[in-house]
Amino acid sequence: MGRDELDVSIWRGDANGGRFEDFKVPAQDSQTVLDVVSWVQQNEDPTLSYRYACRVGMCGSCAMMVNGVPRWTCRTHVKKVLDGQKVTVAPLRNLPVIKDLATDMDPFFDKWVKAAGVHHPSKTRDDPIEAVNPASPARVEADTGIECINCSVCYAACDTVTGNADYLGPAALQRAWTLYNDAKDADQQTILDAVSGNGGCHNCHSQGSCTLYCPNELNPMKAIAGLKRATAASFFKRRK
Amino acid sequence: MLDMRLYMLQRITALIMAPLTLGHIAVMIYAVQDGLSAAEILGRTQGSLAWFLFYGIFVVAVSLHAAIGLRVILHETLGVKEAALSVFTWSVCVILLAMGGRAVWAVTFL
Amino acid sequence: MIRPHRSHPLWFAFALHRVSGLGLALFLPAHFYLLSLALTDPVSLDSYLALAENPLVKVAEFGLVFLLAVHFFGGLRLMALEWLPWSGRQKSLAAGAVAAAFFVSGTFFLQAV
Repeated sequence: MGRDELDVSIWRGDANGGRFEDFKVPAQDSQTVLDVVSWVQQNEDPTLSYRYACRVGMCGSCAMMVNGVPRWTCRTHVKKVLDGQKVTVAPLRNLPVIKDLATDMDPFFDKWVKAAGVHHPSKTRDDPIEAVNPASPARVEADTGIECINCSVCYAACDTVTGNADYLGPAALQRAWTLYNDAKDADQQTILDAVSGNGGCHNCHSQGSCTLYCPNELNPMKAIAGLKRATAASFFKRRK
Repeated sequence: MLDMRLYMLQRITALIMAPLTLGHIAVMIYAVQDGLSAAEILGRTQGSLAWFLFYGIFVVAVSLHAAIGLRVILHETLGVKEAALSVFTWSVCVILLAMGGRAVWAVTFL
Repeated sequence: MIRPHRSHPLWFAFALHRVSGLGLALFLPAHFYLLSLALTDPVSLDSYLALAENPLVKVAEFGLVFLLAVHFFGGLRLMALEWLPWSGRQKSLAAGAVAAAFFVSGTFFLQAV
């Protein structure tokens, strides 16, 4: 093994199972994990399946498990995660594998909708546009969660998702929390009801892996705590 | 698996137990100083309405709290769900209530 | 068990809360059974309580008090996390909960020996 070669282990297989396959990849400056995977696909095995689009951390499609940790591979320098000269790349946890490094993201997005993560309009197109005060506490809170790129890193990091198939997961719940704090959303109670069911925010154990690994440094654990607080407050109010 | 109702039950019983647990630990530290004996324990608790209420509330709260906690563990580690999970939850609750109630009665009955 | 994505303080705090809760729940039936002997068989209750003089039993008691204390303080942290305004100091609070639990159970142990 030369100093300029990386030992790369890539998971190959499909929904029925698979195994790791080893490759030697030339090391380069400023090389990302996605560069390494692309090099293998372009030079060693054109049948390697993986997913990416923007390569600049905007689109959220290239997340994979890198040395056992979920990461956005296009913005992860391989030098920072190398274990000696070795790096292991696998498909995201908690999602069904389609082939090799590409997972089926449907459950992730289905839960997004289940968590009422869609806009509930408060006005029609004939009304004037509602002014939003950027300094209002609710807007400041919503702003902390809106930069989510739907990469599913938090979903793959979460052990509560692993143990509880119905659990909506950090991203969908954070989305619900930003809408709950959005002055332009008309239906806060619908959101609270949507996150209070069997797979709702109350299943979260605050392990904090979502917040630790979020590549955009968002804080889904805090957003879910906000939903728990809001649902508990609404629970006491309704009893009165 | 944990809906709003079970979550609130879990959290409210936790808050009820918070001061009771502090009291329980304080009594343990006090009582263990010169060894434990049935006479000492019963001398403190028997015929006392206050200790009956203290431990009675404690037993009710802990039975609910532990049953819901074990329910979550059972679902997340062994994948038990739906009817079987509910039967398990309420069986644990009833068994702890019965055993705990008997213990409270044994050490405080008038 | 400790997979790479789990090796961080708040995951360990979760694991400690789960293990302590499970341990306490499994201990409860024995605890209740022993106390109800006061009603049915006071002599054997005293012989069980006499076991507490055994050093090994004292260490086990320390363990139980630690489980109770760490579940108590860890649970207070979670209640504050969920129902009070957000604090970004969760790692420090979790460490504080473990320290407080050691202090309380250590005090118990020193009184017991």
